[in-house]
Parts: sequence; C-alpha cells; structure tokens
Amino acid sequence: MSFVTGLKCRECGESYEIAAINVCEYCFGPLEVQYDYEAIKGTMTRELVESRPQNLWRYRELLPIETEPTIGLYSGYTPLVKADRLAAELGVEELYVKDDSVNHPSFSYKDRVVSVAITKAIELGFETVSCASTGNLANSVSAHAARAGLRCFIFIPDNLEQGKVIGSGIYKPTTVAISGNYDDVNRLCTEIADKYKWAFVNINLRPFYTEGAKTYGFEVAEQLGWKLPQHIVVPTAGGTILPKVAKAFEELVDVGLVEDTPSKIYSAQAGGCAPVVNAIHRKSDLIEPVKPHTIAKSIAIGNPADGYYVVKAVEKSGGWGEAVTDEEIIEGIHLLACTEGIFTEPAGGTTVAVTKKLIEQGRIPRDESIVISVTGNGYKTIETVAPGIPKPQVIDARLSEFDELYAAAGERPIVDKAANA
Amino acid sequence: MTVQVRIPTPLRKFTDGQDTVEIEGDSIGAIITNLDGKYPGLKDRICDDDGTVRRFVNLYVNGDDIRFLDNLTSAVKDGDEISIVPAIAGGR
Repeated sequence: MSFVTGLKCRECGESYEIAAINVCEYCFGPLEVQYDYEAIKGTMTRELVESRPQNLWRYRELLPIETEPTIGLYSGYTPLVKADRLAAELGVEELYVKDDSVNHPSFSYKDRVVSVAITKAIELGFETVSCASTGNLANSVSAHAARAGLRCFIFIPDNLEQGKVIGSGIYKPTTVAISGNYDDVNRLCTEIADKYKWAFVNINLRPFYTEGAKTYGFEVAEQLGWKLPQHIVVPTAGGTILPKVAKAFEELVDVGLVEDTPSKIYSAQAGGCAPVVNAIHRKSDLIEPVKPHTIAKSIAIGNPADGYYVVKAVEKSGGWGEAVTDEEIIEGIHLLACTEGIFTEPAGGTTVAVTKKLIEQGRIPRDESIVISVTGNGYKTIETVAPGIPKPQVIDARLSEFDELYAAAGERPIVDKAANA
Repeated sequence: MTVQVRIPTPLRKFTDGQDTVEIEGDSIGAIITNLDGKYPGLKDRICDDDGTVRRFVNLYVNGDDIRFLDNLTSAVKDGDEISIVPAIAGGR
C-alpha cells in the first residue's frame, strides 16, 4: 500500500503526477515525492517496523514504491556501531558510527538510493537502467541491475581509474567512456535519458532515488532506540544525503515514531572542494561553484545541485559545517580504523576529521550523543592510504629470528627499516 | 556574434521543438534577451523577475559554467556553443 500523492516542485510548488521526471517544467527546480502523512501516522507503528526484515524496506510507508520490492532485499539496516574507543580518543561521552561501508551488495550508501530508484524504474516499466558516475554509484547500479536482470549502461569520464572501472565492469554492464569530465558526462546523460527513454537513476528518476537516502536517517533513529541523535555529521557531495537525513528525522516526528527532540546536523567537506561549507560560513544560501582539488574524489562535486538544500537543512537544525585538509582526511581514516576497526574511504575520513574539528571548536558538546556518518568502504580506494602503510619486516621461517625481532621491537610496531628507507 | 544555443527538453516547446537554435548577441545577457525576442516566454523560464539566472539553471559557454566567467556579462564570440542545462547533481 502506497501513501504517495504525487510529485511537487521544491521551489515553486507546481504539482505533477508520478512519472520519471525530476525537473520542474516551469522553474527547473527539483521535484520531490509527496506523501499523505496523516494516513501514514495511522498505519506505521514502531511494532510494525520492528516486525519486518532487517533491510531498508522496513520503512516502506515513507518510501515511494507501490509494489513488493524484488531488489535491495539485503540493503540497508547497516550497523550503528557504538564507538567507545574513538569516543575516548576524541574526549566525548557518547559516540556512534553509522557504518554503510558494509552495505549490501556494493559497500556504500548508494545501495539505498539505487534500490529505491531501480524498484521504481521496474514499476514504471523501464527495461534499461543507467547512470553517470565515477565510482560508488556505478558499482551499485551495475550490481542491482545484474540482480534484477535489467539491461544496464554506465557512463564514465574517460580518465577514470582502472579500479573503479573494474568495480562496475565485473557485473557486465555496457560501459561508455566519454571524452570529458564528470559534468560533461552528466549533461550528455540528460539528453540520452530523454531520447532513449532509459531510467537514469540520478537524473530522470532522481526524486525517487533521493528518497532512499532517508533510510539512513530512519535507521539511525531506530537503532538509537527510536530517538534522534543530538548531533550527526554527514559528508556532503552533491547534497543528496544531508537534507534527506533531516527530512527523515522530521517525518519520524510527524508520524509519531520519535519524540521531537533537537538534532543538529553538520556538513562535512574536503577543504579542496567545500562550496557548501563556504556558503554556511558566509551565512549565505548562494552556492559559489568551485573546481575540486582533493583526494576525496567521491565527494568532489564542485557544483552540488542540492547544495542549497544542505545549507537550509543545516541552518534549520542549528548545525554547522566544516572542511578539513587532505592530511586530516587520511588521519581520519586511520583514526577510525585503529580505534573501531572500520576501514572507510576518504569521504568517511572527512566526516571523522570534521567531527574531531567540531568537537575541538566546542561546537559539538562533549556530553551529548554524536553520530558519525560513514558512507563508503576503504577497500575501494586503497591507493589513497597506501603511502601511509609501511612494508612489513621479512624474516626467515625460523623461531629464533622471530624471537630476535620481537625482543628488539618490544611494544613498538615491527617495520622493515631497510624496505621503508 | 552568432552562436549556437542548445535548448533543454522542457524549453523546446518555445522553440518549435528545436534542440539547437542560432542567435545573435555579444554577451550571455544579450543572447537571453534576443532569444526571448525570437521565442517569447523563454527568458522567464531562465531568469527571475530581477533578471538573475534562476537557481536551478546552469549556463555554459563552450562547456564553461558562466559562474566561472562573468555571469550574464560573459562575452561570446562567433561559433560559440551555449548550453542551457537544468541543474542536476549526480552520485559519484
């Protein structure tokens, strides 16, 4: 049973029927799915949600689907890790890490938005799904398309790292490399979507796609015991996830699933690409595009289409935004790995580093609940951290050699001085 | 200056379905005004009442976002390609 009432332009309020459209005909503003919250309130209870399988469809009343989903059955409901060692390191009392690095099947938060978009594509009768992407999104779309048996086209800039090409290619989509940058690829895809009538998950299916991001927020609240975190730090790339986490919290309050308690939301960006944080610091809602220069490639979007909504959501919640250097991002990755055993990619390192900065600035109090949002997996971007991982010492397979090594090393890590000289 | 302007789908109803049109103008601002002269109603979709480009519209000159150039006063030359593109993000 669906509680969707249609699509509406976020800017001018124009209404549309449900269809594969993402842009208002009048003002080009983004379209958003509308729900009958009164009806949902009467139906969606904590017990109902808790009775369902541990996946993102648990919150289906607040998702834009009409049919029984056939994909994403193991997506979502990722761990909310209570991070006591990291908390001690940062000098705070109550800290959690929402860990989408282990999302199924492609190890990033993208599995949430793609599950919803592809389910909708199937409902709307599309046979080909597609996206413009450089990394996590392409991996996710290819994986889900394979599982659903749909034809899949991935559009990439022609200078993409081999690892990322393989990470999608393994599922055998058709990969088309475009001579140009990511923005060129996106522009072309808008035209292809229109001409070929394919479902581009983040273009013509965008209103449905973005709704999947709410599940990240729903889960955080449910996993905290049906309670909103007092502070949550979220990485910002194109601007999808932060406003939808804010919306998720608001919806949970509206339908009576959580109490209306303050929850401050913070945007985390890399210093080399921080158009949204810059706007927050200027106290402006006008995003000035930048040219990205950062190792955090998955969040290096210089002109985020939903940037305005990030600024508004941060402002409304009483939060803030911070940016960190590439060095701090790497340190953030190491810190999370060494304290909590979680290996995240640079976007996650950014979020950890920004959380640390906000705590040190006194913006996030040390005695309130804090959630760090991890959205991707470090194994996909090992080249970024490789330089900081020393080569191990090599010894012969003799106990005496090890005894000697261990005695010399004592408490210190054993590294091969010669190999690392 | 004579330039080519790529028209996005939602605006093609103003240009009789054409996806590319040719127009005269020395700057982006002039081009928008001239486009509106030839295809009435077009400017209102691209610009606010106060003449600034709407938040969710991106304009490019040969692939360069005008916000990295001179916005509405960005100069154009013969043969340039202007694109009007609704703001879409992407995932990564």
